[in-house]
Amino acid sequence: MTAVYLDNNATTRVDDEVVQAMLPFFTEQFGNPSSLHSFGNQVGLALKKARQSVQKLLGAEHDSEIIFTSCGTEADSTAILSALKAQPERKTIITTTVEHPAVLSLCDYLVTEGYTVHKLAVDKRGRLNLDEYAALLGGDVAVVSVMWANNETGTLFPVEEMARMADEYGVMFHTDAVQAVGKVPIDLQNSSIHMLSLSGHKLHAPKGVGVLYLRRGIRFRPLLRGGHQERGRRAGTENAASIVGLGVAAERALQFMAHENTEVRRLRDKLEAAILAAVPYAFVTGDPGNRLPNTANIAFEYIEGEAILLLLNKVGIAASSGSACTSGSLEPSHVMRAMDIPYTAAHGTVRFSLSRYTTEAEIDHVIREVPAIVAQLRKLSPYWNGDGPVEDPGKAFAPVYA
Amino acid sequence: MWDYSEKVKEHFYNPKNAGAVVEANATGDVGSLSCGDALRLTLKVDPDTDVILDAGFQTFGCGSAIASSSALTEMIKGLTVDQALKISNQDIADFLDGLPPEKMHCSVMGREALQAAVANYRGEELEDDHEEGALVCKCFAVDEVMVRETIRANNLSSVEDVTNYTKAGGGCSACHEGLERLLSEELAARGEVFVAAPTRAKVAKKPQLVTLEVPAPAAAAAAAPVPAAPKMTNLQRIRRIETVLESIRPTLQRDHGDVELLEVEGKNVYVKLTGACTGCQMASMTLSGIQQRLIEELGEFVKVIPVSATGAAAAHAQLEV
Repeated sequence: MTAVYLDNNATTRVDDEVVQAMLPFFTEQFGNPSSLHSFGNQVGLALKKARQSVQKLLGAEHDSEIIFTSCGTEADSTAILSALKAQPERKTIITTTVEHPAVLSLCDYLVTEGYTVHKLAVDKRGRLNLDEYAALLGGDVAVVSVMWANNETGTLFPVEEMARMADEYGVMFHTDAVQAVGKVPIDLQNSSIHMLSLSGHKLHAPKGVGVLYLRRGIRFRPLLRGGHQERGRRAGTENAASIVGLGVAAERALQFMAHENTEVRRLRDKLEAAILAAVPYAFVTGDPGNRLPNTANIAFEYIEGEAILLLLNKVGIAASSGSACTSGSLEPSHVMRAMDIPYTAAHGTVRFSLSRYTTEAEIDHVIREVPAIVAQLRKLSPYWNGDGPVEDPGKAFAPVYA
Repeated sequence: MWDYSEKVKEHFYNPKNAGAVVEANATGDVGSLSCGDALRLTLKVDPDTDVILDAGFQTFGCGSAIASSSALTEMIKGLTVDQALKISNQDIADFLDGLPPEKMHCSVMGREALQAAVANYRGEELEDDHEEGALVCKCFAVDEVMVRETIRANNLSSVEDVTNYTKAGGGCSACHEGLERLLSEELAARGEVFVAAPTRAKVAKKPQLVTLEVPAPAAAAAAAPVPAAPKMTNLQRIRRIETVLESIRPTLQRDHGDVELLEVEGKNVYVKLTGACTGCQMASMTLSGIQQRLIEELGEFVKVIPVSATGAAAAHAQLEV
């Protein structure tokens, strides 16, 4: 059966060159980079090279600004908690309603610890209001944490401008760029961004490795204390093989940056246009004019996302959904709710996320299969009657416990 | 992805009785749009005999919601209305060879749609007492509303209490942070302060899995022969098993269930689950719990084998041989 993987915002396939580069670090290159002998020294040199590759991908000024972590979540937690620890007199955090749980859950927890968290709202297309943001910046703000690109819709936030604004107020600015790195050009040395998180497995490196970019001179308090690894800013023996892999993945991401923004974008646009042309009562969520080149998030009204995914999976197509069921929660995705997408559409959102491995034939397969799957489920839906939704759907079907 | 049974997949991929019944004389609309599961059940009931002649469903929902709806319609066709009302949500789940704990509410929705449709057929008003919260304990499928209500109704003040009353937190214990939060809030509401139980590792007498055997010096070994562990007589062993079951019984009885020892044969311990335990989806979890306790208490491996109520006599007869 054809297997079409369009869930690259969840995780990506590890690049073959990355795997090849990693293999020696499980066998002959097993040394501890901290050791003085030749076993360790070789590994230490490999880590240095990887650090420089990541530095280049991010456009950072110094390679010592790159701190390897175990994942994106660790980088996010380290950044936010460091800002709070380093500036105990500041008790406020600014973030957005549509952040990844790595930031949102932490912020919700910090509220119970007595911190104030302002979550910037988004409009129906997932955009922020910078006036609202400017009004919140002040002396009590310890850190602003705003994602570069949204994982569900791909919508880009103006983080460089927001960082400039924070910098003017002397407020630390962190961005969760897990979805953006490798897909959009980044030039940190010419920005005012103080901290940035990235995750290896989103850019064809393995799972279990991430990076916190920490601008030179920004006050910092480590999350993990112990050994002198990462210049004492992240203790713990390095995940050498994965760091080497991330280094190669960063090089490859730079090589494919143009491809991502031309070919991958073209396939995404083709997929989206064809589905919207064939399926009535479907729309793109987020800000289509300002988003990642690989992401299409489409709401199919009057049906539920998990059911769509199961039927897609049956014909070999892997995607994801913002429905409540797929997350095991009682509400559809917080991103869809924040954009005020009605329940009947929010539960039916499907995210197709492409990569450089996505082919034209795969996209054609998806275009062929999706309309019939949507039609099949709508036939079962109490909101649907023949060729369209029932008249006044909200009234025609109003279940008791709604 | 969820771990759906083949039966669930079958009813999802090829649902039975999809669509509204023509000339229906009973309709039940239930569900919650915010949760993403809603169901309309339509029935055609013979007014003279009360027999359900036809049933159809329209569902906005996930795979298990559609499968539960399909199963429900298959189960009730041909039954009288009164017979149909005896179907519980557990029956729907059993018909589908089980549902994941997070998805049990889909079977509840089926059962409620049936009640709503029957109320509609009989021209009655349906009492709406349904409230569902986010799942707190995933091991035993206990939601927030149930935990809060139980804390309030019984003035509970510790995680252990909550586990004793609702089972929540009795499994992997990952939800204890969540339970403590609910307790703090509920206690604050009645003017008290939540105090956590003192930290103490609950040490179970489990045999060490790996031990390092250092050969003793020959002379010492000869001088001090290791005494063999005293072997229990068969009677002592059965008494020990009875004692363990006795200690578990109150927990089961709280859920209107019970357990009975039928026979012990070598390492096989035959038991009968009775009351609410019969056909309960958690039965296998309960059995493995009992087995674990027995292994700990006896210090040897035993296998707990359930014998169904109907098969009990036969099994017993077989054991006599």
